[in-house]
Amino acid sequence: MNQIRLPQITGLSKTSISFLPFLDKIPVGVCILSLDCRVVLFNQAMEILTGFSREKFCGVPCCYLLRSNICVQGCPLPSIKSDSGPTSFEANIINRDREKIPVRITLEPIVDISGKHTGFLEVVEDIRLLKEANTELSRAYSFGKIIGKSPQMERLYRIVPMIAQTDSPILITGETGTGKDLLAEVIHRESRRAKGPFIKVNCGALPENLLETELFGHKKGAFTGAIESRQGRFHLAHNGTLYLTEIGDLPLPLQVKLLTFLDDKIIHPLGDSKSYHVDVRIVAATHRNLEQMVREKRFREDLLFRLNVVRLELPPLRERKDDVRLLLDHFLARFVSQFKKRIRKFSDEALRVLLRYPYPGNVRELKNIVEYSVNICTEDTIQEWHLPAYLFSAKTDFIDDRLNDKEQLDSVDSFLPAGALKENLDWETMEKKMIIDALVKAKGKKGKAAAFLGWGRSTLWRKMKQYGISS
Amino acid sequence: MPKKILIPLYKDSLAPRFDLATEVLIGLVGESHNVEEKRVVVLPEASPEEVCNLIFTEGIDVVICCAIEKEYYDYLVWKKIQVFDSVVGSVDRVLRAFEKGELSSGDIIMDY
Repeated sequence: MNQIRLPQITGLSKTSISFLPFLDKIPVGVCILSLDCRVVLFNQAMEILTGFSREKFCGVPCCYLLRSNICVQGCPLPSIKSDSGPTSFEANIINRDREKIPVRITLEPIVDISGKHTGFLEVVEDIRLLKEANTELSRAYSFGKIIGKSPQMERLYRIVPMIAQTDSPILITGETGTGKDLLAEVIHRESRRAKGPFIKVNCGALPENLLETELFGHKKGAFTGAIESRQGRFHLAHNGTLYLTEIGDLPLPLQVKLLTFLDDKIIHPLGDSKSYHVDVRIVAATHRNLEQMVREKRFREDLLFRLNVVRLELPPLRERKDDVRLLLDHFLARFVSQFKKRIRKFSDEALRVLLRYPYPGNVRELKNIVEYSVNICTEDTIQEWHLPAYLFSAKTDFIDDRLNDKEQLDSVDSFLPAGALKENLDWETMEKKMIIDALVKAKGKKGKAAAFLGWGRSTLWRKMKQYGISS
Repeated sequence: MPKKILIPLYKDSLAPRFDLATEVLIGLVGESHNVEEKRVVVLPEASPEEVCNLIFTEGIDVVICCAIEKEYYDYLVWKKIQVFDSVVGSVDRVLRAFEKGELSSGDIIMDY
């Protein structure tokens, strides 16, 4: 591995300026390449975008750092000459976390003082937000990607811009599927840190020892296998927002480290005697009852006090009756466009079932139901037989006030198939039934079952594992 | 027990992208720990689904690649395929590292 260069800028001020920290101040990914398209140097924004450290990639061909579709489909670098202007194009890259990210890449030649071509300057901008803003339909009753016109949501829209502008930690609570992740993103985008990174970590996804190094980083040699130092997510979120989801699953020892950060704004990477100051805003989220966890000594009371400075509670969908129809129409339009279907609307009967259903899985469940129905439906109207079977076996207590008296007399039982169960099922049981229904329908073919559910294959695999459904 | 490996190719190195490779190398690692019966399969088009189909029809046990999207990575792991990803280097050097049992995801194996 080549040593990373530490060049200086002279002539700009009275004393030399170190080039690397200067480059790190640029908020978009910048990479300097040699004439043979190998990495010379790249800035911190590029480290964050790709997930790779510059120490490791010095001297490596650029295509293995960026991993963009253009690298393979026709790299424009060889055609860029010393007198070429900037070449800009949209592409996608796959980062270290295996995420595909849309980017805009701009390439320019680097020439020395005699005009000789010595390398390339590559600027890479993450255009995810731009793409989302362009493709989002302009709607009333929305705030970012959050949709709703109920009083609770209107109140949220009023306070989020004010809260976003402060740097206080935020705790978002709410049942699963209520939109906590979306709200965290909206808060970041509304804040003065919007141009900085938004880094998400699921505290429940990793075992404690891996989570510690993931969050705080580690020094080379800190443990077996630590062959190089690595920055943690706190460092990567510098000048931005760190979103800790499932904060209730954070192990107690790491709760102490988080508390240290909230108090002193410093972090201690694993195995490092030095501490580091980072400028990060914390947004945390949980569906658990943290007060109960404090009583059970599973969550630190002092940490809850620090996180509770600003608390946003997302209401469950059953308390936002006004929003159900809005969400149904929104997701219908989205999936019809995405799957290129010619569906225009829900039938009255299908709508009756959908408006009466209590959605224990909240917005995520509603979205999954619409996605499933759009996938199944081959007509121009979604009928009740296009809806997931479990909707008809769930007890509904979610009556739509807008239905007239005659319709009120109709019971959802009229849609129940003969001999159907009428027990009140919880979300997990219903989701499990939905998966089994889809597998039966697909005759055991998991790829087809995933398509019925509107899920990726990996999502189906994860859910089957979660519910212990044997493959 | 012999293991069958698959490596998406770009010239004589690992392809930067699993989903955009049009050639793959398939080999068998026997008890000698050397990769034998190597052959290159040319795909009709760049398609991650085609590569996944090839992996299952050929009975591949190990995939060594550079960038791969989470969806395909999780799927292959679910199907009990061992995946070494974010590997960078020439095919020969990567295979030698694999034969010696010294290969890990994220390794960069090349001359500078």
